Amino acid sequence: MSGEIADAFGRARARGEGALVAYAMAGDPDLARSVDVFAACVEGGADLLEIGVAFSDPIADGPVIQAASERALKAGATLRRVLDEVVPAVRERCPHTPLVVMTYVNVVMALGEARYAKLARERGVSGTILPDLPPEESLSLRAAFDQEGVALIPLCAPTTSPQRAASIAKDARGFVYCVSVAGVTGMRSQLPANLSERLELVRGVSPVPVVAGFGISSAEQARVVGAHADGVVVGSAIVRAAQADGPGAARQLCADIKRGLKR
Amino acid sequence: MDTQTAPGRFGRYGGRYVPETLVPALQELEVAYAEARKDPAFDEQVAQVLREYVGRETPLTPARRLTALWGGAEVWLKREDLAHTGAHKINNTIGQVLLARRMGKRRIIAETGAGQHGVATATACALFGIPCEVYMGALDVERQSLNVFRMKALGATVHAVESGSRTLKDAMNEAMRVWVSQVEDTYYVIGSAAGPHPYPTIVRDFQAIIGKEVRTQSLVHFGRLPDAIIACIGGGSNAIGVLHPFVGDAGVRLVGVEAGGHGLDSGQHGASLTLGTEGVLHGSRSLVLQDEHGQITEAHSISAGLDYPGVGPELAHLAKTGRMEVRTATDDEALASFYQVSRTEGILPALESSHAFARAADLARELGKGKHLVINCSGRGDKDVATIAARGMPAAIRLEGA
Ligand SMILES: Cc1ncc(COP(=O)(O)O)c(C=O)c1O
Repeated sequence: MSGEIADAFGRARARGEGALVAYAMAGDPDLARSVDVFAACVEGGADLLEIGVAFSDPIADGPVIQAASERALKAGATLRRVLDEVVPAVRERCPHTPLVVMTYVNVVMALGEARYAKLARERGVSGTILPDLPPEESLSLRAAFDQEGVALIPLCAPTTSPQRAASIAKDARGFVYCVSVAGVTGMRSQLPANLSERLELVRGVSPVPVVAGFGISSAEQARVVGAHADGVVVGSAIVRAAQADGPGAARQLCADIKRGLKR
Repeated sequence: MDTQTAPGRFGRYGGRYVPETLVPALQELEVAYAEARKDPAFDEQVAQVLREYVGRETPLTPARRLTALWGGAEVWLKREDLAHTGAHKINNTIGQVLLARRMGKRRIIAETGAGQHGVATATACALFGIPCEVYMGALDVERQSLNVFRMKALGATVHAVESGSRTLKDAMNEAMRVWVSQVEDTYYVIGSAAGPHPYPTIVRDFQAIIGKEVRTQSLVHFGRLPDAIIACIGGGSNAIGVLHPFVGDAGVRLVGVEAGGHGLDSGQHGASLTLGTEGVLHGSRSLVLQDEHGQITEAHSISAGLDYPGVGPELAHLAKTGRMEVRTATDDEALASFYQVSRTEGILPALESSHAFARAADLARELGKGKHLVINCSGRGDKDVATIAARGMPAAIRLEGA
């Protein structure tokens, strides 16, 4: 099923566009309405969806996603319910869009690594991002995911050395998620000057597509970054737009970002 | 299989579950710490500050009236309450701040629960002239206003953390988030033997001074090793510090006491070794209080320092392998012990330490006469007197004192 991810990047490339990976929080403001947000992102042009599953202690997230996690937990968004209720509903409405779950390692451990991998495959999840799982800790999880054909998508940071980045990229499944800023998720007015070099470096060694994420919220940023990557991830900006003005605002934002990603 | 390849494992527990941004910093810290340990000048520098400034070694005091009252083993108190700033926390902050300086870091951040670690970090930073920012749950800021004032007086900036349960775990989340954003020039001083590798090892090594002193002092004072040692467990730094040097001594019983809060059935406690399940919190795999969905649940303890839903990975390993016995004491038992120790020994123990005293009474009787029991008095209770006074003195205690 992780072939779906490659296909989605391939379709965007064939259209002369960078891919948009749209992140939203499952269960924010509740399970049903978050499905509307995901569908709206795809209507706006998102090529892949990142389905956030809330964790009580999200150390890689800034205030916008932290607050979304708290709302989602109040709405009862457990991993199990997201897999049973949100993922199938999103798949039904967006049958051609690969779905990637983003959550923390404890949430997956609690369900069970192998059990999660199996359920994820059965429900139609193509990949998983665990921002607190560096490669050193990922051996057993990756084996469980590989067995089910669910991609364990690795992250690369500005602090990651070129050699380490190369080894992360070589082992990557799905795509490589390059964190653009040394920091937590959230919108930034400025992205680091050397980001493009870093993206090119990782792209040069990666067998799979490379995307940049964290801090990207405008078409202009997407244009600048998208020139050096196969795509961008937009998270906090979508979460904020959807919370303030509903799914329509998320659709609009995705369409704007997509314009920035035209080559 | 992964347990053999991952760094800093204690059996199944430990490791380094953090955002990739932090991995290089933790690797740098691991290397810098290993080099520092090989440098006798660093050890001597730490030892000198502990001697001249912290007031080590702390005494091992015979508790004659408690011994008589409990009618069992001879009771001895390791007096971390007499260390500068009033708790064991200073042993670790002196070591880590000197390490930070050696690494050329320009700024220190820390999290704190009871405020003792925040005060100890602010103190070490003042001593060495390094800027210090402390993250503290908003609820703890209210409960521990005296320590908040002390940190500010020492020149630290205190940030009240409003997310989650507004206690220690949220302060630690926030400190990690801040560290991710400023990792280049900032050193994060973790206050307990928890967190990602190499912190559990670093904190344990700096706190092991407690147990090493107990070893020599026991031989001097009663001519042999103790029969049992008991300590309270929040994250576990005072416990691993006093217990670690005795792990290889099969004849020494090691006992840890967790916060029973309102009782183990109440769902409101801090007993992660007793009732926790395996999970990942704050960068390491250990035993944590969580629901079936992997969401961390809120801990409760009358003592802010034990109000934590996790525990250091080495203690989880010692508990699971049976080397350490784990018990719990409720809020009420800790309070009763606070008064009992104050009145029998003239020592106001910290509410955290009072948990160890509460179970020490049973343990002393179990051991019986002729045995030696060491209680780690991890800190003094001055910081807690407002909390305790606010509950009013129980009538039974007023009578007993009359
Ligand atoms: C006096 C005292 N004892 C114990 C603790 C608990 O910490 P640990 O379990 O790391 O020793 C604290 C924490 O603030 C404390 O202040």
